[in-house]
Amino acid sequence: MGHPLRNDAAEFDTAVQPPESRAGLGLRMLRQMFSSWPSVVAAAILIAIVLTALFAPLLSTADPVAISPAERFALSSDLHPLGTDAFGRDIYSRVVHGARVSLIVGAGAALVSVSLGLVIGVVAGYFRAVDSVIMRTMDGIMAIPSILLAIALISLTGASLMTVLVAITVPEIPRVVRLVRSVILNVRSEAYVEAAVTLGSPVWRILLRHMVPNTVAPLIVQGTFVFASAILTEATLSFLGAGLPTEIPSWGNMMSEGRMYFQLYPGLVLYPGIALALTLLSVNILGDVLRDLLDPKMAKRA
Amino acid sequence: MFPYVIKRVLSSVPVMIVVAIVVFAILRLTPGDPAAVLAGNDATGEQLDRIRESMGLDQPLLVQLVTWFRQLLSGDLGESLLSGIPVTRMIGERLAPTLSLAVGTMGVTILLAIPMGIVAARKPGGVLDRAVMSFSVLGFSIPIFVTGYVLIYLLALRFGWLPVQGYRPMSDGLWAYAERLIMPIMALSGVYIALVARITRSSIIEVMGEDFIRTARSKGAPERRILMRHALRNAAVPIVTVLGIGVASLITGVVVTESVFNLPGLGRLVVEAVLARDYPVIQGLILLFSFTYILINLVVDILYTVFDPRIRY
Repeated sequence: MGHPLRNDAAEFDTAVQPPESRAGLGLRMLRQMFSSWPSVVAAAILIAIVLTALFAPLLSTADPVAISPAERFALSSDLHPLGTDAFGRDIYSRVVHGARVSLIVGAGAALVSVSLGLVIGVVAGYFRAVDSVIMRTMDGIMAIPSILLAIALISLTGASLMTVLVAITVPEIPRVVRLVRSVILNVRSEAYVEAAVTLGSPVWRILLRHMVPNTVAPLIVQGTFVFASAILTEATLSFLGAGLPTEIPSWGNMMSEGRMYFQLYPGLVLYPGIALALTLLSVNILGDVLRDLLDPKMAKRA
Repeated sequence: MFPYVIKRVLSSVPVMIVVAIVVFAILRLTPGDPAAVLAGNDATGEQLDRIRESMGLDQPLLVQLVTWFRQLLSGDLGESLLSGIPVTRMIGERLAPTLSLAVGTMGVTILLAIPMGIVAARKPGGVLDRAVMSFSVLGFSIPIFVTGYVLIYLLALRFGWLPVQGYRPMSDGLWAYAERLIMPIMALSGVYIALVARITRSSIIEVMGEDFIRTARSKGAPERRILMRHALRNAAVPIVTVLGIGVASLITGVVVTESVFNLPGLGRLVVEAVLARDYPVIQGLILLFSFTYILINLVVDILYTVFDPRIRY
């Protein structure tokens, strides 16, 4: 199905860029990237969230998993800035630790799906014999709504950080594969690739030196969107009760547990919800800016 | 046109077959004994045998695959492990809330998103354009369950304008039915509106640079007519495409929305089945949703030829 979707592979311009020193390019991109205030705010929020995740134990006021029945639904205090939940656990510390879980899931899913997708996509794009089998399989996986595929995998394997990561990553792979494959197909007919083939370069060298580097820019953009989408999927799965084990303080788990008491204590759902929305918002804004920078052809349109 | 339609219909058959094989494979490729996985930790040997038999897990893999396809072709999705009720009947009983939600969201999206995209495209970089683009980033980023709870908090708890959650069939009165769908549709349409408004905007901006628009301008056609007649018509193909692709996020959204607002539809059924580890039900619903998605996109592809007579494959 060759639809002109957002971030669709075919949209990426792989034409030869004018030469520019690497440092100069990096500097120009950085300057361009932070020339508008939304991207500056987004970057600031994301940096804050990353720091929060890194230093979660230092920033917490209490143990995020310590249960104390005597303090159920405590109001805001110095020890519990946002109060406590139904088990007397500190909401603030749980939100802080939730950043860790979300970033690990997002980064893990992005890294794994991009690297697996790269390998599969290169194989499909270069070795025509296996192309149609791979691509039909990818079409099939893509036709299954990702959350349902993840739910089916988790319902069979049981929930743990590992299985949730796998369940979130698998549905993301086909999009990466299509992207990589289309870049490979595009550069196959470039003169420099044909020259390398004529000169008798070994296949691995043609792939690694002449073709794969072209996938880096689009993959960075795609990776950002996978990162956001994986965080959202984890939160959704946990919210539905089909995600991470309940003892892990993730934003989705917090919202899932807080639902029952929402009418009396809306903060149980709203605080982790706001943290989640801010994270996704900042990643998506930066992703858009990155795409505009790395992919001039798309930038003109979107 | 007809050879194209037939070709397109035939090309979606392999995708459906692959989906069926993937769904089949998920259970069989799981490490361990699938019957034990399905039965849970404290199942007796007798229960295991029953599951093995009822799902044909005691047969060789190839036989299972053939049986699976034969069942699917005759419209049999198996029975719930818990209640023994046929999955197709369970689906039938839960269809109405989900359809109401999906159709309502689709309608609201088309009514709002396309005008939003047009307005934004009239002056790229202008105030309205920025407003629409900001809304679209927000729509993408704020999860449905967050929007849903904010809506409940404001419209139901704070102001008491709408009931908190639940579902009433249309036979209970039109307003009782509609008022419980307003918030779910608002929450669900956010992502969809964002997606469609964005593509409407960018495709119209692209079309506006074409030669025929300049021709229309130079012959003095009013801007309104240029937008509606020349630009929108030519931007229709990408818009309709995204409406079709967006159905995937709509399906995910339905599962979440029905949980937030306690609507007894197919999305709730998925979640209930997962929590009860009722695998035949999960399997049946995945197939149903995926096939719906494939069929909608098939219809979209065929619609291309209606919107854009230039397309000939």
